[in-house]
Amino acid sequence: MEKNTKPSLDTDRHSKTTTMSTLDKSMSLSGEPPKALNTNQKISVLIGMTGLGILVLQLFNLQLGNSALWLSISLLLIFLGVFLFSQAAYAHKHEGIKNDGVWFKSISSRGLMGWLTGIALTGFYIVLYFYPEYLGLVQDGDNRGLIALFDPLSRALSGNPASQWFVYGTLYTVGILAFGIKFMWKYRHNGYQQLRTLSVMFFQTAFAFIIPEIMARLNGDLPYYDLKNMWPLNYYNFERYRINGFIDAGDVGLAMLLFGILSIFVISPILTYKFGKRWYCSWVCGCGAMAETVGDPFRQLSDKSKFAWKVERWVVHSVVVFVTLMTTAVIYSYLGNDTSKYWLTKTSFLIGVAVILTAVFAWAMIFKRDQLQKDAQYGALGYFTIIAVLLGMHFFSGEGNIFLFKSSTLRTTYSFLIGSIFSGVIGTGFYPIFGSRVWCRFGCPMAAILGFQQRLFSKFRITTNGGQCISCGNCSTYCEMGIDVRAYAQKGENIVRSSCVGCGICSAVCPRGVLKLENGPQEGRINPTEVLLGNDVDLMELVNRK
Amino acid sequence: MQHIVIIGNGISGVTLARHVRKLSDKKITIISSESDYFFSRTALMYVYMGHMKFEHTQPYENNFWKKNRIELLKGYVEKVLADKKTVSLSNGSKIAYDALVIATGSKPNKFGWPGQDLEGVQGLYSKQDLEQLEKNAPNKNVCKRAVIVGGGLIGIEMAEMLRSRDIPVTFLVRETSFWNGVLPNGESEMINEHIREHHIDLRLDTNLEKIISDENGRAKAVVTDKGETIACDVVGLTAGVTPNIDFLKDSGIELGKGVKVNRLLETNIKDIYAIGDCAEQHEGIGLRRPIEAVWYTGRMMGETLAQTLCGNPTEYNPGHWFNSAKFLDIEYQTYGWVFSERNKKEYEEHFHWRHPKEKICITMAFHKESHAFLGINNFGIRLRHELFDRWLNEKRPVEYVLEHLKDANFDPELYATYEDAIVSKFNADFGQNIQPKNKSWKRILNLH
Repeated sequence: MEKNTKPSLDTDRHSKTTTMSTLDKSMSLSGEPPKALNTNQKISVLIGMTGLGILVLQLFNLQLGNSALWLSISLLLIFLGVFLFSQAAYAHKHEGIKNDGVWFKSISSRGLMGWLTGIALTGFYIVLYFYPEYLGLVQDGDNRGLIALFDPLSRALSGNPASQWFVYGTLYTVGILAFGIKFMWKYRHNGYQQLRTLSVMFFQTAFAFIIPEIMARLNGDLPYYDLKNMWPLNYYNFERYRINGFIDAGDVGLAMLLFGILSIFVISPILTYKFGKRWYCSWVCGCGAMAETVGDPFRQLSDKSKFAWKVERWVVHSVVVFVTLMTTAVIYSYLGNDTSKYWLTKTSFLIGVAVILTAVFAWAMIFKRDQLQKDAQYGALGYFTIIAVLLGMHFFSGEGNIFLFKSSTLRTTYSFLIGSIFSGVIGTGFYPIFGSRVWCRFGCPMAAILGFQQRLFSKFRITTNGGQCISCGNCSTYCEMGIDVRAYAQKGENIVRSSCVGCGICSAVCPRGVLKLENGPQEGRINPTEVLLGNDVDLMELVNRK
Repeated sequence: MQHIVIIGNGISGVTLARHVRKLSDKKITIISSESDYFFSRTALMYVYMGHMKFEHTQPYENNFWKKNRIELLKGYVEKVLADKKTVSLSNGSKIAYDALVIATGSKPNKFGWPGQDLEGVQGLYSKQDLEQLEKNAPNKNVCKRAVIVGGGLIGIEMAEMLRSRDIPVTFLVRETSFWNGVLPNGESEMINEHIREHHIDLRLDTNLEKIISDENGRAKAVVTDKGETIACDVVGLTAGVTPNIDFLKDSGIELGKGVKVNRLLETNIKDIYAIGDCAEQHEGIGLRRPIEAVWYTGRMMGETLAQTLCGNPTEYNPGHWFNSAKFLDIEYQTYGWVFSERNKKEYEEHFHWRHPKEKICITMAFHKESHAFLGINNFGIRLRHELFDRWLNEKRPVEYVLEHLKDANFDPELYATYEDAIVSKFNADFGQNIQPKNKSWKRILNLH
């Protein structure tokens, strides 16, 4: 794996973890009446905090001796703390919805503890991304401090010393596993939640954590590759060094490169058609895994206002435009002009990109115009911007330059703004303030692309059960994506929204059995008339007459 | 421009206002003394339990009303002066109307129990009741025990609320089994068990005699008709609700238990209408009661009256009965009519299935002779409203419903399914050989 061998600060592991401090603070702070911690919970908090304390002490470069032993003790204590906490919270209770006191607890209602945790997490991300030396990273020599503590584990897996990303990845995985168990306990009556959580736990552990390390051990040329992490979430996947790496690694590398291309152009459209984007966002993705497990106590903090929805659409689609241009520019910059050397040249590549985009745009405009309504203008705006820039690239760019910029500048800017600040510092650091899916909702270009397809070309919907909604608001409150689910449900409308990640919590918390996530025929999927069942038929006709 | 004044900003009044706005440009004023904005009354319990904040129970953003030119007026209507087409508020101001709609909802029943007006005795209906409960029972130290009187939907909600704060609850239920005036025995019994497993001290067949005061005029205990005295700090009166219409006494509007209305929801006075919990039909529609204090019927009356007020006179003509509730952890839905043993029609036959371990059961009612499907109560299983509505319209026999029961399943994906077990129990009970069909989207969505 790359780790500290790359000169530039590489955010290869897009996945974000929390420090264990969130984990433990979220336990210790639920003490407000009427939801104080019980004795067993207090003990479990102590256990978890001890594990975390060992890691914190390492920041001061204490020489504890046997790193492998201390790391094992620390991670086990953290894991055990969360496990015992969950047991104390749920084991003695009946199966059912466990949201008592959510808005009374300081940690989960933007109270003081929420803010402190948010600040601590944000600080951790800033250090992780920009000052890894404080974690003990040493470029040419033995690691110190916290990172050194992880060296034995890293060597056991890949043969290399640890980097800040390895520390991060390990804590990230431990967090998902421990809090995944907590989540499964909380929703033990709900088969959908159980299997979905097992799935994200598996993909995180196997695909994001273990497999890439083992691949690095088996074949040192292979770029670090979390196979489930596809472009554009994995925005650097088609950069020169990676392409070279894939090619140098022979057939395996080529297969992986091919898989990377198929992932976004073939595999993901098929799966999204059949199941909606949930197959990725809440069953596979690492960011989703973190949001659904460690982030679960914060899901209710998402902003449900129409204003937030507007901001969301502008920001996330701008990111899509940005990542498309950035990737195109980066690939463009290292392609040649001579067709005899390589079939893909600068010009044919730009034409290819333009053709694909035009095909998608034309399809949406011709076949799905009725469903796009106002959004069509914005889509057109985005499309024509990209095409104009592509033309510009062709006519005004020199060797290595895109207009006046170096393509690497574009790439570094994206990496800094989107890869680090948005997905890490804001996306996860602000969990206790903005909720657990800020990144997925406002920033993730992958989610936007899958969402576009989910909205227009998918069998997935959340069906509203006739006239049974009582407008209570549980669904909207617990929607981590900030969708005002109730606004649809109380009108008897199905929910077909591009941002829905299909976590299924709205359906779970609904006290009247009104919502069901399902995959069915596209016909009858969107039912925009106000069919409020219960009134006689003649009246319904009148009500629906516009 | 015609001015429609609506008294009450609950689901009925607000639905009416929304639909009038869709259909017309009339001036609309909603008067409420309860809250600034419309909220979902059924969600109040979740505020006390900490699932939501009060703002979350408001289905529309605050700017919605201005945007839709629906004027909201906080105030308490003291009198309706029908001859002057005016209402007068407690602050002395008067508002003229062209059409007046009474949508004032309900208030908790009080049956003249000694001590029913003591401090610490309250119902659970309004936002103010919720605030009162927050004061009376903030935690288990202030409220060492609560006694709830009346075994209906609000009573069990109140018990759940108090239990979420670990407050010991004694639940006095007049009937011999929970809600068995509505639920058939098997279901009622299952809910009894569930109440008890939530550590609620359920006292069946027990009435309240009186509430005893301490020296400060606060409730300190209740005495039951079994002669028992139960010490408590809070008494919840949840023995049903009654229309909230005291302010109409001398208005000339014909009153029964509620505001008497005809099928057009008109009162005896021209241009005055009543909808929702407070409206009383001269005669119940179909098998319905004259007063229906249900969320859904309130909404439907609002939809209907909007048509009438906008020049398209429309009778309130509700379709097939449906309802839902949640008993602690058990969800309940009902479609069509299933009566309890006490109120069962002579033609009504029941089929009951209960899961051997889980708290899941259904009861289907069908006609003894024709086998026409009459209705279903489902507990712990979600079922599709649209399909049951369609099957009731089509007067399908119970066998057809069972055969297609998989179509109607509305549980989340990856849940265990029970249709096979249900159908085989029916086959065994009634000597039939129905084979349940696999789920078909074509049938569900009525696609051709």
